[in-house]
Amino acid sequence: MSPESEPPPALRLEKVAHVFEAGGRTLTALEGVTARGERGAVTGVIGPDGAGKTTLMRLAAGLLRLQSGRLEVFGVDVARDPDGARAHLGYMPQRFGLYEDLTVRENLDLYARLQNVAPAEREARDRELLHMTGLAPFLDRLAGRLSGGMKQKLGLACTLVRVPRILLLDEPTVGVDPMSRRELWEIVDHLVRAEQLAVILSTAYLDEAERCQHVLLLHQGHLVGATDPARFTAAANGRSFHVSTPGLGKRQLQERIAGVPGVVDATIQGAFVRVVTEPGVQFSSTALPPLSGPLHIVPVPPRFEDSFVTVLKSIRASAGSQPVEHAHPDVPVRAAQTTVHTAARTTVSPGGDAVILAEQLTRRFGAFVAVDAVSFTVRRGEIFGLLGANGAGKSTTFRMLCGLLPASAGKLRVAGYDLRRAAASARGRIGYMAQKFSLYGDLSVVENLRFFASAYRLAEPRRRARIAWALEEFNLATRSQDVSRELPLGFKQRLGLACALMHEPDILFLDEPTSGVDPLARREFWRRINSLAESGVTVLVTTHFMEEAEYCDRLAILAQGRVLATGDAEHIKDRVRSAALPQPTMEDAFIALLQAAPQPSAA
Amino acid sequence: MSASLERLAGLLRKEALQIVRDPSALAIAFLLPAMLLVLFGYGVTLDPHDVPLAVVVERPDAVTASFVAQLRGTPYFTPESFATIQSADRAFDSRRVSGIVWLREDFTRRLISSGAAPIGVFVNGVDANTARLIEGYLQQVWASWLAARGRSLGSARGLPIEVEPRVRFNPAVSSRDYLVPGLIAIVMTLTGALLTALVIAREWERGTLEALMATRASIREILLAKLIPYFVLGMGGMVATLVLAVTLFGVPFRGSLLVLTGASALFLLAALGMGLLISSVARNQFVAGQIAVIVTFLPAFILSGFVFDIGSMPWAIRLLTHIVAARYFVAILQSEFLAGDVWSVIVPNAAALAVLAAIFVGAARLRARKRLD
Repeated sequence: MSPESEPPPALRLEKVAHVFEAGGRTLTALEGVTARGERGAVTGVIGPDGAGKTTLMRLAAGLLRLQSGRLEVFGVDVARDPDGARAHLGYMPQRFGLYEDLTVRENLDLYARLQNVAPAEREARDRELLHMTGLAPFLDRLAGRLSGGMKQKLGLACTLVRVPRILLLDEPTVGVDPMSRRELWEIVDHLVRAEQLAVILSTAYLDEAERCQHVLLLHQGHLVGATDPARFTAAANGRSFHVSTPGLGKRQLQERIAGVPGVVDATIQGAFVRVVTEPGVQFSSTALPPLSGPLHIVPVPPRFEDSFVTVLKSIRASAGSQPVEHAHPDVPVRAAQTTVHTAARTTVSPGGDAVILAEQLTRRFGAFVAVDAVSFTVRRGEIFGLLGANGAGKSTTFRMLCGLLPASAGKLRVAGYDLRRAAASARGRIGYMAQKFSLYGDLSVVENLRFFASAYRLAEPRRRARIAWALEEFNLATRSQDVSRELPLGFKQRLGLACALMHEPDILFLDEPTSGVDPLARREFWRRINSLAESGVTVLVTTHFMEEAEYCDRLAILAQGRVLATGDAEHIKDRVRSAALPQPTMEDAFIALLQAAPQPSAA
Repeated sequence: MSASLERLAGLLRKEALQIVRDPSALAIAFLLPAMLLVLFGYGVTLDPHDVPLAVVVERPDAVTASFVAQLRGTPYFTPESFATIQSADRAFDSRRVSGIVWLREDFTRRLISSGAAPIGVFVNGVDANTARLIEGYLQQVWASWLAARGRSLGSARGLPIEVEPRVRFNPAVSSRDYLVPGLIAIVMTLTGALLTALVIAREWERGTLEALMATRASIREILLAKLIPYFVLGMGGMVATLVLAVTLFGVPFRGSLLVLTGASALFLLAALGMGLLISSVARNQFVAGQIAVIVTFLPAFILSGFVFDIGSMPWAIRLLTHIVAARYFVAILQSEFLAGDVWSVIVPNAAALAVLAAIFVGAARLRARKRLD
């Protein structure tokens, strides 16, 4: 059809824009995106939640009406001939629609029929898919009973029953344990190599960008980069360092470095502060206010994230007022300090230094053991992480810690209270921020704050003061009357944190606090958490996100209800360090620990 | 075409497996109807039966004794004698009795002199429906007693006109006989509209519909794969209700199975069309359930003539009942069970059902698109 002699690309977007109308408001999901995806390559669509990844995928799959621009799949115009375009593609939505009350075999069979795979081909294809995904032993298991990782693999297999020419994967690795994640990627790499597939894969995990051959960087609906990830990462060569100094905690050090001119990024990574400088800027101790000891600066290989943050910061700087979420980018974070004094005052836990103490904590649901003899302690002012995949037992542990779920066995003390006897008293000392936005979406910002103030029974002068504090410290004042459902993600997250801190708790529980949030908002969030911890608030974080684990002082790695390891990030990484793997990542450590752990009989 | 059939077969098999494995679908399709049937068959009856009645006779004699005996002889009342109207009043106030029959001291004298004497009747107007029924039955007893008395005294003294009420089609005047057939309409509304809307909303919620849409399956196949299984389920519910109605409750069936099946199929299509239409608006189960109950289930209950007579509704409501498919179906059902194949009832109502079915299914087809927006 196309006049040019060269074959059309697998996916071609030209000035694609998409707008959603909701309740009289228009929301720009994509704007003027021009890009392409090639055969035999993984094209990563990289960006935080709300960047427009899913809209792009759905447009390409012909599931949304194209509002403007042009979109082609192997030269077929998706708007004009959606079925023709669909004939080339396999699409796996974010939550792939597996029929949970159908078995693995029945799900595969359904999709084989829907894609008109001839029975003769089907047998060979099924065998190949089952081998590739490792699902063969589970053919007669209901899809609903599979682990998160296996569900994703089954979803992928269902999408692949008929070999597509282009495969669209919308966040296939969200919430999946690192081992399954690695396996999913191996399958994708194999497809690209062996079958010359064009794979378009969206993800919010920046470490996955490095596995793609080509990446499209999306930020608030705009394409801010289309590049080769290796070259993109290499742009930060010589600008990334691990910094530490004796006599100063990593968090204080990070706080000092963050404001220094020429520094693009300063984050906590294990025992160090990871510093990324602006191009051409040499980082040295002279840039910092005087320190008590010498500064150790070790150059480290750059990460994709280093370059991405550099790009985002430059966008923010040039756009000026553009990103609403970061209306006050340079307001020094003092969020916690007011909290802090009172928190420090009230925190005299009878249990000594251990604010949270779990001993042989167990929770059973019928025959199923969700949490199996888990033990750990968290000290005052510590940031402690529970790292594990979906279904590892994090949420159950969390609910027991909050006193929302009684433990089946074991000992549990929070803020000096035995949760079996005084769950309510303990709860008064706890602030909790749920993973999903769990405030009242129909209420305005200030109404939510008022509600939480009254829920925590704050009396009048203090109540007013706390609400004023929340509005000011979390930069919420400009939108205090807005309905909170319609706030941008970063705002919602700040509001969630403000509500959790209304009653100045000694302990803060954060459930997957920054999953899907863009890297800048995540940094801002963690700066607040760091200063809270510095002031003596104890912070407990659950996450399945390896990066987030690096921010913690110590962490416990959970899998199938058991603790595989506890300790600080470096200590855990040390356990797998070897000649073959001199610089293991947290993910490497996680996978090694998983493989070393005794497998329960039927996983 | 065979590729399309292949896809449809895959979808149907999936749907069947899900129905069999999902207890909630089976509960709505069979358990709920069974409960409704038992409730309406045993519990809800609109006939007065053994109603406690206070009888005050101020001057008892042979004539009054004969009237009280007549009251006692009916299955409707259990009369209890009170000496004075005051004591009867107290029993009435304390709800020991539901009505009072008051024969004054001049009852016999006036009856003999004029041939008719007034009796005082008090009923509790709080429950207007029952009150009217008691009143009606009392009048019937009174009239037939007068007539019998007239005959025994020789027609000279009798009433000039004798009322001989005859109830056609439901001689026993049993409300069960017309409630239970009407239940078929309710049962089919539950499976056709409520269950279908819920099942599709669940597919939206779980993201399975999005995955289906990205396959080769056409929207027609996706819709048919919902229509066919729930059509079968709905017809199954109809047969089950019919069998239980006739065997367990002894409700007569005077029409033909063919007409009943045909009318049921038309009504079920209309209900399924509404279910599909609802699911194109509501993408979560809660909203879908709410809408289905309000626009299909409640009208089938209230506005169909199933319980409340359409003829006695205010005109605006009566007008509204014309878009309630259950109304036409209930008319056919009542005719089929109580009267037989009355074509003057069946033909226009079936035609109306066919029109509504075409409208709802057609609208559902038009609204359904293989897109998410």
